[in-house]
Amino acid sequence: MATPPMAPAPTPAPTVEPETRRAVRPEPTAAGLRRLRRLRRRRALVGWGFAAPFTVLFVAFMALPVLASLAMSVTDMRSTDLRNPFAVEFVGARNFVRLFGDELFHRAAVNTAIFVVVGVPLTIVAGLAAASGLNSGLIRFRSLFRVGFYLPVVTSIVAIAVVWRFLLDPQAGPVNNLLRLLGVDGPNWLANPTTALPSITVLAVWRNFGFLMVIFLAGLQAIPAHLYEAARLDGAGRWQQFRYVTLPMLRPTLLFGAVVTGIGYLQLFEEPFVMTQGGPLSSTLSVSYHIYNQFGFGNYGYAAAASWVLFVAIVGLSVLQFRLLRARD
Amino acid sequence: MGGTDMLRRRDRLARAVLYAVLLAGLVVVVAPFVWMVLSSFKPEGEIRRVPPTWWPETFTLDNYARLFSQLDFPRYFLNSVLVAGLITVGNLVFCSAVGYALAKLRFAGRQVLFATVLGTLMVPGMVTFVPQFVLVSQLGLVNTYAGLVLPFLAGPFGVFLMRQYLLSIPDDLIEAARVDGAGELRIFWRVVLPLCGPALATLGILTFLSSWNSFLWPLVVATTEDKYTLPVALALFSVGQHRTSFGLLLAGAVVVVLPVLVVFLVLQRQFLRGIATTGLK
Repeated sequence: MATPPMAPAPTPAPTVEPETRRAVRPEPTAAGLRRLRRLRRRRALVGWGFAAPFTVLFVAFMALPVLASLAMSVTDMRSTDLRNPFAVEFVGARNFVRLFGDELFHRAAVNTAIFVVVGVPLTIVAGLAAASGLNSGLIRFRSLFRVGFYLPVVTSIVAIAVVWRFLLDPQAGPVNNLLRLLGVDGPNWLANPTTALPSITVLAVWRNFGFLMVIFLAGLQAIPAHLYEAARLDGAGRWQQFRYVTLPMLRPTLLFGAVVTGIGYLQLFEEPFVMTQGGPLSSTLSVSYHIYNQFGFGNYGYAAAASWVLFVAIVGLSVLQFRLLRARD
Repeated sequence: MGGTDMLRRRDRLARAVLYAVLLAGLVVVVAPFVWMVLSSFKPEGEIRRVPPTWWPETFTLDNYARLFSQLDFPRYFLNSVLVAGLITVGNLVFCSAVGYALAKLRFAGRQVLFATVLGTLMVPGMVTFVPQFVLVSQLGLVNTYAGLVLPFLAGPFGVFLMRQYLLSIPDDLIEAARVDGAGELRIFWRVVLPLCGPALATLGILTFLSSWNSFLWPLVVATTEDKYTLPVALALFSVGQHRTSFGLLLAGAVVVVLPVLVVFLVLQRQFLRGIATTGLK
């Protein structure tokens, strides 16, 4: 029953007899056209038949919300407008203007920027160190290390927070107990405005470097061994091999890791939400957290505007990383 | 490469240092988990003791008993299984079907659909969060399973993953089935899906883990206790009335982590290979 997706049968060459020519020639063309149209309709039917269930859900819960968010960002929509949509008014760029004068938003933007600028390189270095260590060929139990390092990536942040809040507890927590053994009086990590964001950053590195390790390990294993042999013949030591063979060959993988981590870290939310609730004194308030709070206050239009500023920052950072890290010609 | 039999002393030293560094890293990463499990069997007083104990001096199941009698953890567990299970099955079905259409079928609108899906990959979750909540509340789905599941049934990541995988399957197999007169659904079910094993496994594991751990959406949509998932329950208890019961919270954390741990440890080979090839979390 299925017609193979080919061009319709070619029109037969004109026959000699004029009467049959008249009778035959228009018919295949019309039939061919009809067949072509039927084929197209059939293909569309089959294709969209397979695509429809996804497309309906995707349009309703992804594509439309993206457009709705754009529209909301230029209105004064609030949670109370849900019952009375006609009360919503167009306000142009007023949300964005207000945003750039919002001191809490400034605070959140600075915190997020610090977190990204410190956290992304730390995570990459930790992931690369773990991957190079495990790739050195000397290591037994490699899969044990790999599974161990990956463990925090698959673990619920809520469970992690329960454990870490205790680890960092100023009195009973093991971290400060260890410091006490060394004669150091540890701070109240999460309650002190100067140590809260660094604690969150360390937690994020701890939680995420395993992901980069797996990506980098795959990249390292794809580097041809003869490059290292050639480098050794030229008298390169371990560090020189790493610097002049590994790093250049790994550049695309590093770029990928940096972009993915940057996109994720710019959206920092869960760690401060479960560890510090954005405090103390907004020292761990992030942009996403600020948006969430505005949503909680019912300021839907304002929250939408802030989320598009975050989107622009994400695109901007990705472009910047591509510029900095792409292969130099 | 260079035989291990002729390791020189410098190499042996380097190896020792390498092992020491990696082991130290492993301890830093894994010790909190071990401590969490061990301490969930300790009475409250022992957890807070200074200096802390490592192995439980008094072994008790009290924390777990309270979790399952005083608190409704069986319910939260079932909710989590239901929500994560439905989202996983939905993604496997919908994403493989649309992935097949995008990779192997020619039809009008195909390019536009794929470009739109790709375009949403970079949009941060916070952009869609507010309109999604407005939509779900307008549909009257706040505090329902449908409200918890529907927005995540069809994710753009899954489509991308399935399409890329299906592109690598030769057309000949599908053409041959078509020439044999097999219907389109039959071709998909009998020819295409059996070839997608690795991609489906990767998508299934990734989707299950991320929905099991998902926490912001259920926190906002589940408004009464009977709809809480495990992470929501644990998060609310750990900032609410049970804030100070460390034993209870640690036992709760073990219950949240354990299923994921089992899935991960059993399937870690496929899982880590999938991560490395797709670059998705």
